Amino acid sequence: MLKTRITALIILLLGVGIGFFVYKSQIDYLKLTPKEAPTGIAKFPFRLGLDLSGGTHLVYKADLSHVPATDVKDSMSSLRDVIERRINLFGVSEPSIQIQKGGISNPGEERLIVDLPGVTEVAQAIKVIGETPTLDFRTENPNPKTATATVGKNGVANLNLDNQYVRTELTGRYLKKASLEFDPNTGSPIVGLEFNLEGAKLFQQLTKANVGKTIAIFLDGAPISVPKVNEEITGGKAQISGNFTPEEAKILVGRLNSGALPVPIHLVSTQTIGPSLGTKATSAGVMAAIIGFIAIAIFLIIWYRLPGLIADIALLIYVAIMLAVFKLMPVTLTAAGIAGFIISIGIAVDANVLIFERVKEEMRKGSKVKEAIHHGFRRAWPSVRDSNISSIITAVILFWFGTTLIQGFALVFLIGVIISMVSAIFITRLLLYTLNIKRTNKLVSFLFGSGLSSAKSVTATEEAKQANLK
Amino acid sequence: MFIINHKKIFVTISAVLVSLSIIVLIIFGLRLGIDFKGGSLLEINFTNQKPSQQVIQKELSSLKLGDIVLQPVGNTGYSIKSRNITDTERASILKTLGSDATQTSFTAIGPSVGAELVRKSIISFILVVLGIILWIAYSFRKASRPVSSWKYGIIAILALIHDVTIPVGIFTVISHFMGVDVNTLFVVAILTILGLSVSDTIVVFDRIRENIRIGHFKSFEETVGQSINQVYVRSLATSSTVMIVLLALIFFGPTSTKIFAIMLAAGMFFGTYSSLFLASPILVMVKNHQDRKKLKAKK
Repeated sequence: MLKTRITALIILLLGVGIGFFVYKSQIDYLKLTPKEAPTGIAKFPFRLGLDLSGGTHLVYKADLSHVPATDVKDSMSSLRDVIERRINLFGVSEPSIQIQKGGISNPGEERLIVDLPGVTEVAQAIKVIGETPTLDFRTENPNPKTATATVGKNGVANLNLDNQYVRTELTGRYLKKASLEFDPNTGSPIVGLEFNLEGAKLFQQLTKANVGKTIAIFLDGAPISVPKVNEEITGGKAQISGNFTPEEAKILVGRLNSGALPVPIHLVSTQTIGPSLGTKATSAGVMAAIIGFIAIAIFLIIWYRLPGLIADIALLIYVAIMLAVFKLMPVTLTAAGIAGFIISIGIAVDANVLIFERVKEEMRKGSKVKEAIHHGFRRAWPSVRDSNISSIITAVILFWFGTTLIQGFALVFLIGVIISMVSAIFITRLLLYTLNIKRTNKLVSFLFGSGLSSAKSVTATEEAKQANLK
Repeated sequence: MFIINHKKIFVTISAVLVSLSIIVLIIFGLRLGIDFKGGSLLEINFTNQKPSQQVIQKELSSLKLGDIVLQPVGNTGYSIKSRNITDTERASILKTLGSDATQTSFTAIGPSVGAELVRKSIISFILVVLGIILWIAYSFRKASRPVSSWKYGIIAILALIHDVTIPVGIFTVISHFMGVDVNTLFVVAILTILGLSVSDTIVVFDRIRENIRIGHFKSFEETVGQSINQVYVRSLATSSTVMIVLLALIFFGPTSTKIFAIMLAAGMFFGTYSSLFLASPILVMVKNHQDRKKLKAKK
């Protein structure tokens, strides 16, 4: 008995500790001024989705039509790195840039999802990302089709060189840095490129194989410079000598230095949520959670009395654990996620209800409180498990297939269902045992009753029998 | 035994509600939102007096945005739904409406993203339905008399269709009269209802089969009736707790999840209703039908 009580005490203290962590870390975080870096437990704030914090959500589609399938992964990750560098320059706190792989539901469409909390000037954000140049090197096409020339509306003829050159592996992702230089002979500005180790090797191979031919440098899909290769170039340095003005060259160097994209990207979706809308949604979500919790707590005490009170304590611990998990994992909370959490509070009670009903049934059959609790839990377990499996099936599939919004809901719901089962089975049971009720009298049967009836655990005759034995 | 004695009434109520839902669905149809179709949605808020809908419609007509749908949001705002507009077009809308109008949110969804969501939704739906049918099959794997296992399964699936159809019907009505579109959360709501409501039916059927095994009761009808008596408190208690939080979500929660919560609440309500008042009565009817057939065969 002592052991049970000590374990129960430890669990209660742990619960209080977790609750304190959730509270203190949030208070510490909220005290921070925007410039201060969080230290200690303030490093674990709730991570709010864009619909709650306000901000911009951008979806880019990467054009990988010219990239061999084996290189797709590499291209995408370097794409992400470049965009990330670009956004960091912009000074967004905690941007999130994710790759969304093409799958059954979007075959061949690799996407980049950019979340910028706090940024509501979407035009500015799009511009910053959009300015990232695409740079790649192409070699002469051994079987060129005739170059097509089109005359635009403004009467300017455009020569389409796309067919004349084929793409190579060498792209902006191997660029180490760019610099502004001047041609020592003519004095005109040129852009110097320096590749990283891998890029230098590629460039060496490329130049070696193409001595006497031209290599085209394509910027943003258009040839910017088509130098002739005189010899193999080692050391990984190249030059772009377009007819730049010094100003143009300077801008290009700046753009290239913040990263050049290996493949072009197109904006397919944008979403901007104003900060006031987000704050309103957050406070409404918190409000609904608190009211829902209090209403359930009252319901449980009225309907299940003593076990109800214990279920309330278990439920409090459940809420504390969930909130701590949200902070530590961390789970990005959206409005749908908060709804999932609130619903999971309702479902968390489900396991307790199943167990209490069984306990009451056992008591009606004549078991003593302790045995009733023991049998009640054992018999209720299969139905607790069963009634949660279908929810788990749904949550897993939703999480697997969902968009960010759906995943927010599915993840919270899934964690909630699993933790609630554990909390009902372990915490509620432990606390009920701790009470160590041995005697059975009217008060006990009232306390373990539910609704309008009490658990008539031991009939009057049996009580009399026990009295006689004494 | 009340439910079993009046089974025809309850089954009729369900049948009427399901038919009504299907009828409103056919008449009104579902309005797909920009999540699925692609397009843009701009929400604006006016600091001072909110201009009338006609005024805004007129102001925006010069911008050539194509068909736009204008809807009031709260007392001070509007939402403008249109084709997938560019950022410049968005800026010019705000400029046209004057400095009084501030943007609260803007969403532009490309057609490929919308099409993907449609595919994702369909695949998730199929997977969830498959998962749940497998789960039902597993739950009822043991052969049982006098009604065979697969019949329990079919009835559970019938109850599931009932539980989903009615919330969809309710949504269709709300959608029609309040101008709410089908969005991502609609799909999530349907899938969550599937998950939540099937477990209740399984619990009731489990009890029935447990009681058949024990063999306390004289007739099949009595077994089913008593089983319902044994589980209804539990069913009501568990669904009330979920209902309580859903009501909190409907009345106090964020606007964006209101319709979602209403759908789930309807799903929860009819899910509980169907496991007690629909699935079990149908089970008894199936048994009676079997008996009559046998009787005829004997004759």
